[in-house]
Order: sequence, then C-alpha cells, then structure tokens
Amino acid sequence: MGKPTGFMEYRRELPARRPVAERVSDFREVYQDFPEQKLRLQGARCMDCGVPFCQTGCPLNNVIPDWNDLVYRDRWREAVRALHATNNFPEFTGRICPAPCEAACVLGINSPPVTIKNIEQAIIEHAFREGWIHPELPSHRTGKRVAVVGSGPSGLAAAQQLNRAGHWVTVFEKADRIGGLLRYGIPDFKLEKRVLERRLEQMTREGVIFKTRKHIGQDVPVEELGGEFDAILLAGGAESPRDLKVPGRELAGIHFAMEYLLQQNRHVAGEAVAGQILATGRQVVIIGGGDTGADCLGTAHRQKPQSVHQFEIMPMPPPERSASTPWPLWPLQLRTESAHEEGGTREWAVATTRFSGDENGRVKQLHAIRVGPPPKFEPIPGTDFTIEADLVLIAMGFLGPVKNGMLESLGMQLDARGNVECDANHMTSVPGVFAAGDMRRGQSLVVWAISEGRKAARGIDKYLMGDTRLR
Amino acid sequence: MSSSMTPRGLPEPQGLYDPRNEHDACGIGFVADISGTKSHDIILKGIEILINLTHRGACGCDPQTGDGAGVLIQIPHAFFEAECTRLGFSLPSPGEYGVGMMFLPVEPHERMRCEAIVEEIVIEEGLTVLGWRDTPVNANTIGRLARSTQPYIEQVFIRRAYGMDQDALERKLYVIRKRAEKEVANTDLREKSFFYVPSLSSRTIVYKGLLLAPQIVNFYLELSNSEVRSAICLVHQRFSTNTFPTWHLAHPYRYLCHNGEINTLRGNVNWMQARTSLLASRLFGDDIKKLDPIIAPGGSDSANLDNAVELLTLAGRRLPHVMEMLIPAAWASDPTMPEDVKAFYEYHASLMEPWDGPAAVCFTDGRVIGAKLDRNGLRPGRFLVTQGGLVIMASEAGVLPVNPAEVRFKGRLEPGRMLLVDTEKGRLIPDEEIKQQLASRRPYAKWLKENQISLKQLADPPRVQPTDHATILMRQRAFGYTDEDLRLIMIPMAQNGEEPVGSMGTDTPLACFSDKPQLLFNYFKQMFAQVTNPAIDPIREDLVMSLYDFIGREGNIFEETPQLCHTLKKRHPIVTNWNLEKLRRVSQGDFLATTLPMLFRVEGGEKRLEEAVDSLCRSASLAIKSGYTMLILSDRGVDEEYAPIPSVLALSAVHHHLVREKTRNQVALIVETGEPREVMHIALLMGYGASAINPYLAIETLEDLHARGYFPPDYTFEKLLKNYIRAVDKGLLKVLSKMGISTLQSYCGAQIFEAIGLNRAVVDRYFTGTASRIEGVGLGVLAREALLRHKFALQRPVESDTELEIGGSYQFRERGERHLLNPGVISKLQHAVRQSSYSTFQEYAKLVNEQNRNLFTLRGLLDLKPAGPPVPLEEVEPAREIVKRFATGAMSFGSISKEAHETLAIAMNRIGGRSNTGEGGEDEARFRPDPNGDLRRSAVKQVASARFGVTTNYLVNAEELQIKIAQGAKPGEGGQLPGHKVSDAIARVRHAIPGVGLISPPPHHDIYSIEDLAQLIYDLKNVNPQARISVKLVAESGVGTVAAGVAKAHADVILICGYDGGTGASPISSIRHAGIPWELGLSETQQVLVMNDLRSRVRLQVDGKLQCGRDVAIAALLGAEEFGFATTPLITLGCIMMRKCHLNTCPVGVATQDPELRKRFQGQPEHVINFLFYLAEDLRQVMAGLGFRTVNEMVGRVDCLVQRRDVNHWKARGLDLSAVLYNPAAPARVGRRCLTKQDHGLESSLDHKMIDHAREALERGAPVFLSLPISNTHRAVGAMLSGEIARRYGSEGLPDDTVRFDFTGSAGQSFGAFLAKGITMVLEGEANDYVGKGLSGGKLVVYPPRTSSFQPEENILVGNVVLYGATSGEAYFNGMAGERFAVRNSGATAVVEAVGDHGCEYMTRGTVIVLGKTGRNFAAGMTGGIAYVLDETGEFAKVRCNRASVDLEPVTDGRCRACATLDEGTASRPPTDADSIAFLVARHAELTGSPRAKWVLDNWATMLPKFVKVFPHEYKRVLAVSPASASLAPVFSSGDSAPTGADLEVGTSVGAGLRAGAASASREALGG
Repeated sequence: MGKPTGFMEYRRELPARRPVAERVSDFREVYQDFPEQKLRLQGARCMDCGVPFCQTGCPLNNVIPDWNDLVYRDRWREAVRALHATNNFPEFTGRICPAPCEAACVLGINSPPVTIKNIEQAIIEHAFREGWIHPELPSHRTGKRVAVVGSGPSGLAAAQQLNRAGHWVTVFEKADRIGGLLRYGIPDFKLEKRVLERRLEQMTREGVIFKTRKHIGQDVPVEELGGEFDAILLAGGAESPRDLKVPGRELAGIHFAMEYLLQQNRHVAGEAVAGQILATGRQVVIIGGGDTGADCLGTAHRQKPQSVHQFEIMPMPPPERSASTPWPLWPLQLRTESAHEEGGTREWAVATTRFSGDENGRVKQLHAIRVGPPPKFEPIPGTDFTIEADLVLIAMGFLGPVKNGMLESLGMQLDARGNVECDANHMTSVPGVFAAGDMRRGQSLVVWAISEGRKAARGIDKYLMGDTRLR
Repeated sequence: MSSSMTPRGLPEPQGLYDPRNEHDACGIGFVADISGTKSHDIILKGIEILINLTHRGACGCDPQTGDGAGVLIQIPHAFFEAECTRLGFSLPSPGEYGVGMMFLPVEPHERMRCEAIVEEIVIEEGLTVLGWRDTPVNANTIGRLARSTQPYIEQVFIRRAYGMDQDALERKLYVIRKRAEKEVANTDLREKSFFYVPSLSSRTIVYKGLLLAPQIVNFYLELSNSEVRSAICLVHQRFSTNTFPTWHLAHPYRYLCHNGEINTLRGNVNWMQARTSLLASRLFGDDIKKLDPIIAPGGSDSANLDNAVELLTLAGRRLPHVMEMLIPAAWASDPTMPEDVKAFYEYHASLMEPWDGPAAVCFTDGRVIGAKLDRNGLRPGRFLVTQGGLVIMASEAGVLPVNPAEVRFKGRLEPGRMLLVDTEKGRLIPDEEIKQQLASRRPYAKWLKENQISLKQLADPPRVQPTDHATILMRQRAFGYTDEDLRLIMIPMAQNGEEPVGSMGTDTPLACFSDKPQLLFNYFKQMFAQVTNPAIDPIREDLVMSLYDFIGREGNIFEETPQLCHTLKKRHPIVTNWNLEKLRRVSQGDFLATTLPMLFRVEGGEKRLEEAVDSLCRSASLAIKSGYTMLILSDRGVDEEYAPIPSVLALSAVHHHLVREKTRNQVALIVETGEPREVMHIALLMGYGASAINPYLAIETLEDLHARGYFPPDYTFEKLLKNYIRAVDKGLLKVLSKMGISTLQSYCGAQIFEAIGLNRAVVDRYFTGTASRIEGVGLGVLAREALLRHKFALQRPVESDTELEIGGSYQFRERGERHLLNPGVISKLQHAVRQSSYSTFQEYAKLVNEQNRNLFTLRGLLDLKPAGPPVPLEEVEPAREIVKRFATGAMSFGSISKEAHETLAIAMNRIGGRSNTGEGGEDEARFRPDPNGDLRRSAVKQVASARFGVTTNYLVNAEELQIKIAQGAKPGEGGQLPGHKVSDAIARVRHAIPGVGLISPPPHHDIYSIEDLAQLIYDLKNVNPQARISVKLVAESGVGTVAAGVAKAHADVILICGYDGGTGASPISSIRHAGIPWELGLSETQQVLVMNDLRSRVRLQVDGKLQCGRDVAIAALLGAEEFGFATTPLITLGCIMMRKCHLNTCPVGVATQDPELRKRFQGQPEHVINFLFYLAEDLRQVMAGLGFRTVNEMVGRVDCLVQRRDVNHWKARGLDLSAVLYNPAAPARVGRRCLTKQDHGLESSLDHKMIDHAREALERGAPVFLSLPISNTHRAVGAMLSGEIARRYGSEGLPDDTVRFDFTGSAGQSFGAFLAKGITMVLEGEANDYVGKGLSGGKLVVYPPRTSSFQPEENILVGNVVLYGATSGEAYFNGMAGERFAVRNSGATAVVEAVGDHGCEYMTRGTVIVLGKTGRNFAAGMTGGIAYVLDETGEFAKVRCNRASVDLEPVTDGRCRACATLDEGTASRPPTDADSIAFLVARHAELTGSPRAKWVLDNWATMLPKFVKVFPHEYKRVLAVSPASASLAPVFSSGDSAPTGADLEVGTSVGAGLRAGAASASREALGG
C-alpha cells in the first residue's frame, strides 16, 4: 500500500508559520495553508509499518497508517471516515495536540517522522470544506438519558458518542459558552473558535442538548440530576491550579495563567472584559515552562509587553531526544513553540524565591535563584538574582479537580493524586456516576480528554444497555 | 478415529502420536526371466538384489531387527507338490489350487480358531481346503524385537471348485481372504492382530516379515531350496519412520511393492468407500457385497493402493491398465503425448481420481511383472536387460553384478512410464506399446467428444441479479470481511494476479484464543510435505500440475462405457457468478441441479446451527433420491432472519454424510458462498470435498471496489476477475504442491489439514478423519461467532466509523487482533538490551508472560509445577553455560543485511552459542578471525534446497550442518530472491550473477524420501565428520513420526520449528495457515522418539517466537535441549517488525541490501548478548523455583507442567492439553534426552583408503594415482577426501588432477559429491543418483564398461539429480543421465549425451552441453549460465524446453561474451559459442572415449548448426547492460592448449595426472 519508498524520496515538510511580525498583531492561527498536492506526498512518507507505533503512541489509537495512505491515494472521503472512527474531533487534535504519535513514528528512529498531525488536520479540514460533515443521527433512541457535566473535550466526546448510541444527552456547562478549555483555555492563535463552533453545531443538530451557566454542585444540586438522568458523566476537568507559595505571592499583578488566558479568549470572542489583565507595556514573567506557559507567552506577545521572561524550574532539556526517553517514548527535548519564536527569554533551572512589590501593593520585582536538577532542585549558592516584573503569570500546572461542591456532595472517592477514582468502565464509587478526562486522569492533553470521553461513553453505554457497540 | 483403524503392530493413538502418520520409504526391485522360465536362480538373484539394497532400509534400536523385507515369487509348484505329498495330501495341477501364506496367532488355541474360520469360509464359498503346512522358519536368525512379535506362519492349500477357471479361482480366493480378515477381526481373540494373509493366490506367494534383507533367506528356509523356482522375483526393503514391530507392513503386498507414499490417501480411501455402492460386476456377481470394505482398515498407504489394484484387476481390467488408471502420467499439458493416449487418460480421469504422491511401484500378477513411476518421477528406478533375457530392475543400478558384455540395454524408470515384462508371451513391452495398446482398446476420444460437456456449452442464464454497495457491505460484514482482507489480500490479488507476499512470522493468537469471532477456516492449518515426500514446484514444474476437475454422477467403474465420461470438465475450481447461474439452470444429459440453503435461523440462538446442518444433510440425501446430480449449497440468502452456516462445515458435513451413505459419487457438490476470499479458504473447501466453488461475494466485492475506483483506470472488472481467479489458481497449486500433490482432482476430499481448537464432537462428525488433538470449541461457539458477525451485519453503517472491521491480523492494529510482538514488547526489549538493564528486561518478560497467560499461545495455558523444593539461585548452572544451548535462526545473507548477519555471528561466537548462515552461503573472508579476535563465521552452515554457496570449503568451516527441510513461515515452499536484491556481494557468496534472480526450489532435489535424507546426512558427515548434522523440520501433525525417521537416518540434531517463524518473503496465506505451534510439534516429537527408543540418539532443538525464560523452560520440559531465536535477536538489533523485508525497504537497515538503508543499522553484538544472558538469567530464576540445577535435568520433564484450570475464555475453556502433556510409558533404560552419539557408519567409507593413499598429495601436493573397484554400496565416494583437501587448502584446493582415482564397477549414490578441486575421479561402469552433487572444483569422468556393446548415448549411465548444486568443476558423462541433470548448477561445466526430464532446472551459472536427447521441461527456472543442446530432430526446441525463462538461439561462430573462456591465456579474447562447444566436446571425447563425441567432431560442419543455445533472459539482460558481469561468466580450468573451431585433434594433452590413464583409455575405446 502507499508508496514503499516514499520515506526515502520525500523530506518532511510542514506548513510555514506566518511571519512573526504579522502574526503577533492578531489572534488568528499562526499556520499558513499547505497545498494538498504536497501534503499527499507527506502521506507517502508513511511506511505502513507492520507494527505502527504511532497508533499506540496516540492515546486515541488513531489508525494513522490507514489514513496516511488514503490521503496519498487521494481518497479523502475514506480518510475522514477512518479518522473519525477513533477521533470525534480531529480538528482539535490536528491543531493543538503535541503529537505523541509523531514521537512514536517508526520513521522517527533515524529520520524526521511523518507529519501525522498536519495530515490529520488536513483531512478534517478537507472534509468540512467538501461539506461531508453532517449530523449523524442515531438509528434509534434508547430512551435513556445521560447528563454530562462539563463541556470540555472529554465531555463533548462522550456526549457525541452517547448520543450516537441513541441516548438523550444533556451537557451542563458552568460558563456561558460551551467548550471548556477549548473555548477558554486555548488561545485563538492555536485554535480559532470557529473550529469549535462548527463542531458544536453538528452536535446540536445531532440532538445533544447543551445547557450553559449551570454549575452543577453550585447552581444546581447534583442530586437533582440523579432523578432526571439514568447516568451521569463528570467531566469537569482539573481546575485547581498549583500555586507558588513564596513571600509576596499576595501582591497584585500576580495571576494564575488560566485567569489571564480566559480573559483574552473572551476578549477575542468579542465579549467585553472589565479590567482585563493585560501585558501591554509591562515587564512580564511567566512561571512555568509548559504548554500553558507558552500560551501565556504567545498571548502576552500579542499584547505588546515591554519584556517577557519565562522561568522553568527544570534544567534545559537537550536539543535532541534525551537518552532517558528513547524512541518510542515521549521525548524529553527542547521544544520551540510558535510563541517561543515570537520573542521573550526562556530561563531554565530557576526557582522563584519571593516577590517584592511597590508601594501600591503591586508586584515590582521577582527574586529567584538557580537550582540543581530534580528531584531536589538544590539551590545553587550565590546564583540568586532579581528581575523587574510587574505582571507575573503562574503556569505551574494543576492539582486536580475542584473538590468542593459537586464532588464533595457526591461523597466521591478520590485516588491518591486527588483525582476521581473509577473502575475499568470509568464508573466512580457512586453507581451510575462516571468520570472522564482531567477529572479522572489529572491534568493532561486534549487527545487524552477525547480518549477518556470515548471510553467513558463505552462504559456508560454498557452500563445502560448491558453491551456496547461503541468503540 | 476408531482403534480398529490402527495398523496392526503399531501402537494405538496416544498423546500426540497417531499411527496414521507413519511413513516408509524403501528399496524396491525385481528380477524376471522374460521367457518365463522358472529357476531357483531367479530367487537367489532377487535376494541378492535385496541384500544390496540394505542401505536403503533402516534398523531401529535393535540393530538386528530391520524395518521389514520380503519377496514375491510364483508358486513353486514342484516344491509344494513334494512337500504336500510328504504331509499326506496331494496337490492338483498348477492353477487349480491356491496357496495362502498365513500369519497366525502363536497361541495354539487361538491359532486353531483362525484356521477353523478360514476353513469354514472356504467351504461356504464352495472350495476345498486341501491341507495346512507349517512354513519352516529359523527364528534364531532374526532380531530380538522381531522375534518377540513373530506370528506363527503357515501355508494353506485350497482347491478350486470343479470347472472353475484360474481367474475365477483368484477372485474366489480374494473373497475368502476378505471374509476371513473381517471375521477374525470380529472375534474376541487376544492375538487376533497376528492374523494376516500376506498372499492367497493360485499364482503368487509372498515371503515377508520384520527382517533385514540378509536374514530373509535364513529365516524362510525353503527359499534356499533349489526346488523352489520362479520366473519372477519381486523384492522390497523397507525404511520406516518407526521402530515398532510390524510384520505385515513389510512389502510386497499381493500385487505390488511401493517406494514412496500416497499423499491423497484420505481422499482416495473415502472416494473408494463412497463408490462401493455403485460397484457391480458381472464377474463377482453377489460376491461383491462380501468385499466391503474394499480398503481394509489399518493398512498403510501402500497396502491401500494394493487393495484398489487388487479389486480392479480381479474385476477384469488387466494389471497395466489398472496401474495407468490409478497412477496416470501427467497428460493434461504434455505436448509430447499422442492425442489418443491423452484421451485414454482423460476418460479414466472422469472415472476416478489419481492416487497421487511420489510413487515407484513394482507390480505383478504372477504373469506380467513391471514397474511404474508416477507423473513426477521422484523415485529412482534403474533397470537392465541382458542378452540372455533377464530383466533386472531396482531402486539402484549395480545391485546385481552382470558381465558388461552381457548387457543388452540399460534404462531408468521415467516419470509416468512403465516397464513391463510379459512372461507368458515372453517379451519386454516398451512403454509406447503399452500406452498405444491401452489407448486403442476403446474409442476414448470419440466417447469424450460425445459425452463430456463444458461450461461454455451450457445455455446462458437470464441476467444475474445486480447488487449494490449496501447489500454487499451487509454481506461482507456477515461473512467477517475486514478492511485488511480487501486492502492486503483481495485488491493485490485482483490487480496482480497472484497472492500477495509478506514477511516475518505470524504472531496473532490461534483462532481458539482470539477474542474476535473467527471464520471456521482459521481453525485449520495446512499440512505439508517434509522429508518423506517432496513438495513440488508448481511454477517451474507446472507440466505435472493440473487443476482440471470432472464433475458429475459417477458410474460403475468396473465397466467401460461411454456413459462413464458424461461429466462436466472444468479448468479450475472457481465458478463465476455468471457460470453458476448456468449450472443452476442446467438441463443437459444427466445434469440436474438443485440449490440447498446453507443457512441457519438466527432466532433460537446457537443450537439452531446443529439443526440446520442436520437438515441440510437430510435434504442432500433426499435430493439425490429425487435424481439431482448437482447440489448447490448456497448461503446467498443471508438476511435479518438467517445467518450463514460456516461454508466448510456445511460442505464437509454433507460430504461425509454422503460418503457414509455411499452416495457421494452420485452428485457434485457446488458451494455457492460468500465466505471464501483467500486461497486458504478455497483450499479448505476443495480439501473437504467441494466439486466447485462460487465465491460470489468475493466477486461482487471486486466489482464494488472497481466501481468505487480502487483500481487503476485501465483495469476492467473482467480483467480483475480473471486476475483474481488466476491468483486463486496459482495459490491453490501452491497449496497442493506443498503437500507434493499434483492434481486438484486427487486433492479434492483429501483433507490435508489439521484442526487446532475444534472439539472431537465437531471433528469426528463433520470433519471425519481430520487430526484435532487438543479439543476446543464446539458448534455452539461456531454458531456464536457466526451470530456475532450477523449482528454486526445488521447494524446500520455510520459515517463516523469504518464500514468493516479493521482486521489487524497482518499488521498490528490497536482495535484489531492481538499480536505477541506489539509496540510495548518491542520497545521494552530494545530499551533493556540497549541500556543493559536487566530490570527493564524483567519488565519485558513480565509483559510477555502476561500476554501469554492472557490466552495467546498454548504455553500460556500451562502452569509450571516444581519438581522438588526450590534450590538456591547460585546452585543453578550459570548463565554462561546455558547460553551455549542457544542458537540464532537461519537467516540468509540476502534476506538480512551484511551488518545484521555479521553482528549476530559475532555475538553468538562470543558467548559460545551458534549463529546460522541461512540459505545463502557465507563469504569466505568470514572464516578467519578479525584482528580484534571476533569471529564472523556462523557456526551453523545451512544446507537448503538451492545449495547457494554450499561448497566443500563452506561445509568444512562449520560446527554444525543444518539441512533445512522446511521453514516455519512457509513450510513446503521454495523461495525467490529477485534480481534487484542480488548485489555483487550476494552474488559472489551464492555463486550467482549480480542482478540475476535466484530461485530456491520447494524440495531438496536429493531428498524425496527418508532414505534420501539418510544419504544426504551421510554425504555431509563424510565431508565434515566433526560437524554435527541437524535437520530442520516444521511442526505439523505427524512431525514426530518424521522425526523418528530422521533420527533413524542418523541426524545428530533435530530442530522443530513452530509455524510462527519468520521469513524474508512468503505468500501471506502461508505465513498464517501452514504448520502448527511448536508446543504441539515438540511434544509429539519427544513422545514418538521415546516410544521408539530413539530419543537418546539425538538432540532436540526448538524455535518459534521464544521470548523469555518461561518460554524456554516450557520448551525444555516438553523435551528440547537447545533453543533457537530469530525474530527476538533481530528486534534487539533494531528490527521493529516492519514486515517489509521483501520490499528491501527496511528502514532500520536490518533486512535490506540498500546501501543507504544499511547505514541506518544500529545493532551491536552486545545487544544480542545482553538479550541472551538476560534470558538465561530469567530461565535460571524459573529453574531455581522449580528445583532444577541444570537444564539437562529439566529436559522432557513434562510432569512439571499442568494445564491451567482458571481459564474461562469463551473459546479456550474447551481446550484439553493432556495429549501435549502425555508421557509415554517406557522403561528406565529408554533415554528421554540425548545420551549417546549416532553411529554414522563412516568407518566403512571407501574414502579412508583413498585418504591414506592421497597422504602425499594432502601433505605436500604431490600427484597420486590409484585404481579401485567400486560397488553400489560405496556411497559418497570422494566426499571425505574432499573435506580433507578443503580443510587444508580452502576453496583453492590443489592443482587440477593432483589426486586421481580410477574406479571400475557400479558406483553407489553421491559418487563424487562435493569433490574438491584437485581431485579427478574416473569411473568405468555406471553410477547411481547424485553424481557430483555439490561439485566444488573436482573433475568427474564416467563412461560405460569398455567391454559393453550397447550404444552409450541411449543407455542410462548416471542416475538422477546429477551435479545438483555444483559450484565449480567439470564432469563428462559418456551416456545418458537421469532426471534433473545439473539442477541448480551454479558453476560447473558438464558434457553429457542425453538427459531425462527437468535438465538444468534452476541453473544459475556454468555450462552444460547435451549431445543428444533431453527429457521434458529442460531449463525450467534457469536464470543463468548457458546450455548447448544438440537438437538433431528439432524436437528439443519445439516441445522439450521450458522457455519461460530462457531464449533459444542458434549457435554462431560470432564472438559472444557470455560463453566460457577457454583458459587464462585466451581470456582476453572471448571465445565463440562454437569454440566452447568444440573445445568441450573434444575434451569429452578425449576423456571418455565417447563415440558420439567423435562423430560430432567428425561431422562438425553439419552438426554445429544443430546445436541450440539455451540462454536465460535475465542473464542475457544483465550481460547486455553490464559488461563487467562477463567476467563472472562461468570459467573452467582447462588444458594446455585451446583448440579453435572445428580444427581439433582428439587426444589433446590435458592436466598431468590425467594424461596417463584417460588418454590411453580413449584411444583404446576409439580404436575399438
């Protein structure tokens, strides 16, 4: 199948990002279009492996070789079918997934891997463009009702799957719009919200009922759901941020990343945001070198700051795959996201020791010290330094789901890490109540969230029907 | 199967042993006086032949007990007359009485019961018992074991009824015997198994027993009595695969003795059984009913064939006619056969199927005596006729000394031909005359023309219903089509016209472990030929293959009427949808079809399946009663309410039901089914009795795919369908030929499959006679699987999911089938060995063990049980000792890269394990250590069918020589290395030409039987006496029995491979569907070897996806001493199971020759070493836990294994491994592991004398010369000496002619095998098979005795398979050679005067000149080298050459780069074709004194244009593009001067050593 020698003939090629100067002046997606003819040759680089590690690398187990080949052979219609068979929302993962599949790509052992993620995005965009994405109504209704709490990627995936299995699904969202992290966490330059809208439209037309501004456990007692629904899926995410407990933390101008990103997303969506936290003209320090940190970085660039620093407590990773994470593992290596290209200074092995503020109680300086490697992060004497900072964004990850409210009132059993404990079918300690996504798994990737949602849907379907055809 | 089917004398089925798997092979022969003059001398001669064939037999654990021997002679009337008078009764005239040779119980009362039964029957049949006579025997002369089971032997004399003619008497005696056999079997006598009637006839008598040839004359005392006289004597020496005392399995039977085996036996017996209801004979009258069963239960294949011959002969056909009917020549595509003879065969083909298999048969009815070879001609047979009218025929030449001057004619049995002596008419009847006589008996051609019909002739049906995608999709789901089926199987088949090729082994669970619903097809595994019979090459030898089938109502085969050929003739088994509609509506002659639904109701669940099958069987019976002659079993009606019955279940159930009802032959069973799509499926349906198959859904699927644009635009649906059918046909031929079967007609119903995981109830009832040894699922599960698919079929397809299941059997898919080698396992292992982390390895081992226990492999069903208290780990033998038991698998340099190949070798040499060359030779540079001390030499040198690079030097540079009989991934198949993979380096070590494709034949052409294997073992052992010889087998039902034969053939090591072994390229269906897991094969082998007390002589090795310590422990407990690994070491070196080895695109540089990709190889010896040491460490932990200190203690301790009881898998819970865990009872003295060494019998080798004499040459290179007599018992002469030379001088050898031996006499097999450079052997006389096998630079000259008077070119001089795998050297034969001359020659130069069929097959280099006739199929698969054939009649070019891979060109005087250079002096000026021919013919004339060569030279101008140059396409193409290759053209060393053109002088001086002897000899001969 495909072209056996494609990997020897064609080089890896990705769509170019728009010029930095251009892209930092708007919030549109950073990538340029990529001609389909070229993309098909990228598909030809796939070796159609006897053991495709990419598929295992992918939490959704996307059948990557099949659609790579279909793209190469110009059979887009079948490609999108194969893609949708494992992934409800390839347009999300095709944009924002860090692509563990590519890290596991066999070609990656000694060559640049196949541009799987880009191909994935191209397939789904092609399908939308061609008008192939219709609502897919279930052949029959079971009469069972399922409540999904949380409209992030796992909730949405579960809702779509359960609806397709014939159940009536209602999605509850505490915010005023559907989408969870996809809507409020991820900046538009990575995921324009029209991409979310068109999928939500499909789901609405399929019969999924969305209810916004319903904060279960606060606005609506969770017990109420129990009477109305045959099963409940909790997909509320891991929203408790990890805090930085150092002197001066209480100063103004120090915010959690989510607070900052959410406001900008609302702003881009055209909502008025009173007192928006803005980086404009400020000396910004972002604490945390992960994806959220990078999102803050990109957002900050677009607000025209005076300077931006990003601090990471871990030492700088090697430029290539580290020996400690051999193929096909997710590699420890230096990554340069679009936001990093756009400017700012990255500092490694830095620990913030305290903040000092100005007379108004606003943060003015950040004091830090260089540290040794994990797990001890031993401070290195004499390396302490101070940096001017009047906006500090904390992007140090999340501790797990918010406990008070819904989880507490359900008396939910949690695991050692504070996440909701579930059995193999994703059912929690409360019969009929299931959990998925970051709420069960802890903070993770969108692709994991979708995978969780699908698996939980399977568990729920089985619970309701005794058997399931969902995959 | 019932115990009554156990051949008498063999043990009952037990454990994995089944007596049905027993094989034998033999030496056969006869001597006859053409004039019919009876003499005692004939008997003495026959016995002498027998004694000289002793080496073809074998003895078991008791060296005095043979496998059986016997003679058949005419009734010695004069002797009996005198004897009977002495006993008090008198005999009537000859022909008026019959003599029964009777084996009876030893216990007197029981014996008397038997005698009484016989007497009663005789009286009832109207005859008279004249008296009984004790046959005097001397039991002291035979072996202990033979004596212990010796029956009481008597003769009974029976007088005819008044006025009865002799034929009628014979028939009555037959009836009496059949009745007596049955009646005794029905008694409750304890010793009834002793009862056996070797012969009961008025014409012939058989003396046989569990004897060695030399014992027979001492045992049967009367055989030395000079009053015992006969004009004929038929003899047989048996080599069986067992050591069980079986007196009556000795040959001859009543009419024949047989060398070979009948592969299609199960089908033949079933068909015979089924047709008995139709038999009606004027001659037998009512007696016919007493003959049932025609085929006596418990007989061997030969005995069964004898039963059929006996019946047909006594029913009125003459014996030669019967033989031609049962073992027909290959008629369908032989261009040389006259049309009326073809018509004769075709007519008889519509009567019955051939008994197919390698067979050389000697037969007699006491009046005529003859011999016949089957269509393939895979057994040797040589005969000579003396001036005095004696015919001597035997498996070998030289078995009876005959004064050369007395010889009138020497010949060999040829494929499909017959040798016949009519002692009544006093003449030898040539084959052509026999065939003509038979062909002119009746107007067969006219009958066929008038009665036979074809599909074309049938009326067109109204339109076939069209279908749409939705319907097709529903059906595809109902029949379990997967995306993979379409993508990887069907599309490639339809596009390319052949089955797709894959690589690496299968690693998915058995069907009975799979969580997915499996097709019933997947519960079966194909069986294949190994050792006891050869596989066939269906491509290169397609002339013997045939897919023709004849369907229709069978009649009474005793008759010979036009009506009997009123059949529908089909070219292949597939019926298109269009043609099926024709058949459905047929109304022509007897043909009338009805359609029976092959469906069961969904409602009501699993039990509905059984009801539906029963009802289908009843409907079939009813349809037959109503007069239908064609039953179309159809599952077209699948809908919401009905699911399909698995097609092979429905078919086989009906087939066996009708066989039992004896009505099977009255109908054709046509299967109209949506289920089959790949070759295996079609093969199964044919194998279980389908007459034709309409795979309608496969056809519709192609149509649908075509409509949806899945094929390139220039493909029409018609073309795709044609391609698809062609792919099925080709694949089917491959499946047949794997088993050594040539015709679909005899494959039909032959059930050449083993079931894995079906329970006894299902198998016994619906697949009667099929081996299924571990129980498994029943109909309930099969129904459930069908229902699961049906449920899926009814679901509405959705946009958001693929239409079909993903599959995942061929490529790993997360949602698909599970794989042992999955991303987790592969990466864990690589991380462990690369990071040198034992703890990571333990994680890996845990993964492996968990997935095994999660029901994957048979070993996963086992638990370990300690043998005693645990021992401290430090007391367990160290890992460094254990790793010495490890070997890496045979992977050729060619299939894997140089880097990978050498890394494995270095690793294994460092730890004292063994790496294996695989089938591709080895670069001699690797024989010397590297500067750093590493050795890149593989300890194991493989000898495979193509003999690539198998030179003497290669053989002596080995610790072990491994004969690869079969390969786990594709047992029974050959291989092909496409030209683009043959790089310079590969070409060099394989002695081939770069860029020219290389073919490995399916069989070793020197192993067609177990005694042939013994010969090859002997050859190799001679070349390298220090090396141990191992034989590589693949697990299948019966492998234990084969292994017992191999042990008796003196192998030192037997390797049992699992079916899941890897491959560099193999048809995808072979990878999955042929062979069985090693657990079964190993366990069976251990059991059978112990039962035969052969285990202690051999070491057992096992391989097949062994991954961790527990796997190895289980293998040891099941009986293995050594362990092989191939896939896993490759993974440690970077292999990621790409499964693209066949494409040369391995992205990690392991399985590729692409220089760019090879750079990506990252493996290091340490990786392999880490793996093996970790594995050994892992094993040590297991050992400590079990209480074992050494591996030796563990071997065969099957009592330490128990089947798990905690399995509740819906399929696997039905499995029962007790047969695998069976421990045959045997006394303590019977070893259960290797304890002694084989006795190879090398001390009797003639080479010892030769080596002694050649001491000067060996030590100092001084010329030596010696003359010696030779006989056929001297085998592999020259091989040991050649080994000595190679050891000292490498492949360079000695200067030509340094060592010269002149022999006189008949040389035994393998004369001059592996003859090294510097040795010249001249033979005056004749030689048997395999002359110059593996010739490695030596020179061979053979000519007939100077005193003989026959024309050399018309008489057989050297046997079959001469110069097989020769790599260099020269050979000159002044006479005719047998079949397969110079097969796989890769560099030798030879001149011969005529050759049999398949000359120069697969040749890749070298030069061959044939100065006369060739047989058929010359140059099949020849890709390199040149042959020149003197084609005086033009027949060669017209019909005898297979031109698929060669061009025939005129020989010119023009310069040609491709031909042989004459010597270094003239190398700069390439010689012309004419130069080369002239030079070689002159040399031939000079060395052999050939009158024909002289005549050719004398008439050079007229003869030269008659030479045809056989020039392979590929070779020509390569020469055209790459002049450099010209230097690789065959080069032979030469004499002092190079004659040019026709300007020749006979007697040109040649090498020093040769001058004296041969030159004078040739002058002498030419002068005479």
